[in-house]
Amino acid sequence: MAETYLTRMGDGERVALTGEEIREDLEAGNQDAAERGNIPGLSPDELDQLFAIVTDPNRITAVRPGHEVITTDDGGPGMIVCDKPDGGVGLPMGYHNAVLAFERLCCADTIGAGHYDYSCKPAKALINYEKQRYYMYSQAATIPLLYGTQPNLGVYFQPDGPFPNATELIPAGKIKEGQQAQEAAAEALIEDLIYIAGELYDAGCDGFNFDTCASAGDADFYAALKAVEVLKEKAPDMAIEVGMASEFILGMHSEIEYRSTRLAGMYPTDQVKVAEAAGADIFGMAVNVNTSESFPWNLARAVTFLKATVAVANIPVHPNVGMGVCGVPMLSVPPIDCVTRASKALVEIGKADGL
Amino acid sequence: MGDPFGMTTAHVMAAGMCGIRTAGDLVAWMQLTRRLKIDEAKQYVAAKLGISVLDLSNEEVMQQIREELDIGIISGPADATKGVAARCRIAELLDISIHSVNVFKAKLNAPLKLNL
Repeated sequence: MAETYLTRMGDGERVALTGEEIREDLEAGNQDAAERGNIPGLSPDELDQLFAIVTDPNRITAVRPGHEVITTDDGGPGMIVCDKPDGGVGLPMGYHNAVLAFERLCCADTIGAGHYDYSCKPAKALINYEKQRYYMYSQAATIPLLYGTQPNLGVYFQPDGPFPNATELIPAGKIKEGQQAQEAAAEALIEDLIYIAGELYDAGCDGFNFDTCASAGDADFYAALKAVEVLKEKAPDMAIEVGMASEFILGMHSEIEYRSTRLAGMYPTDQVKVAEAAGADIFGMAVNVNTSESFPWNLARAVTFLKATVAVANIPVHPNVGMGVCGVPMLSVPPIDCVTRASKALVEIGKADGL
Repeated sequence: MGDPFGMTTAHVMAAGMCGIRTAGDLVAWMQLTRRLKIDEAKQYVAAKLGISVLDLSNEEVMQQIREELDIGIISGPADATKGVAARCRIAELLDISIHSVNVFKAKLNAPLKLNL
């Protein structure tokens, strides 16, 4: 009987697979990324390295000394004090304490603070409070402190926002009206992002994380890119990280362009180039997890996309490794066997500059 | 996101530089202020500190360096420099411009005058 190895599915379910099954999944995940992204696949040696990481008999694994990278996050201290459907442990402590705990207990390399909701729109109404929070945390924290927010164009549409809802117009055949609604909403979002980041800059903000960009499709990504472009003029000493929502830009508008480049349908290798052109300092690549496929399949796919993205990038690339992206299973209590294997593989094979 | 010990701490311990335990924040500043990729960022910081790239993540070496330079250490004694004061020293050490430091110094050094 063939030897089996404990691993998991994309939803975190523990399974035992044979070496042959794992190799088949690694190759299939690699091919899927290469075909979809029109990018080079991993070499046989890299697939062997990936196999060794996945089948490591230890519960957790880690990079070799000297291969460590920088960590950035999307409101990390928030998960200490919040109780949210997508994670958070709800400790009864203040955000200020959580920021310092993130520095001195979690030992992260940077801290990402943000509004509890994390979307741009609610943060705007509380901007003076957000500035105060940033200022207070910044006085006490030693390591770099970034403020993060999700553009989240979706909340600008009715009933949450003022603009006609594109997801209702398009199925009704009102394509032009749907596009116009997205263009108008994007302009409002650009204005809000510039306003929020500009205000925080006045309070001494060292870095701004545009997190989960393109969650509402190509117009959402367009708004983020335009805001980055303006902010690099208005706030030149504030670093900007552009983190993505997924590996593929949904064409909700389908024709919107940034600097004569159509955004719909972009994969990470193209996304990083437009982020760079806009002025981003760090790019946060995201690769979706398929919960019906195995962890080896998902991890190989993420590493393949990452390696190609790092190869064309002129700025640091930090793949997103939260729940349900870049190999980490879609489970609110992420299994550390998969989390640490994803870390090692993305850094040592994918050549990530950070996580 | 996710629970901090399954997600953040696991990633940090598996592949992160571990912040002020070592030279993690210093290398991060080079990515944020100069857009340096990880190898270039590490080489820059190692050269400034006069140590090897390998020792940047060596707690035994970096704790002593951080203590001697007084740029913030993990144990945070009351009489040690931390927070924005430590960042002022880090900006000087790395020869970089840190926005929060510039804003802080601008307020600190603004002339004390009344326009009555």
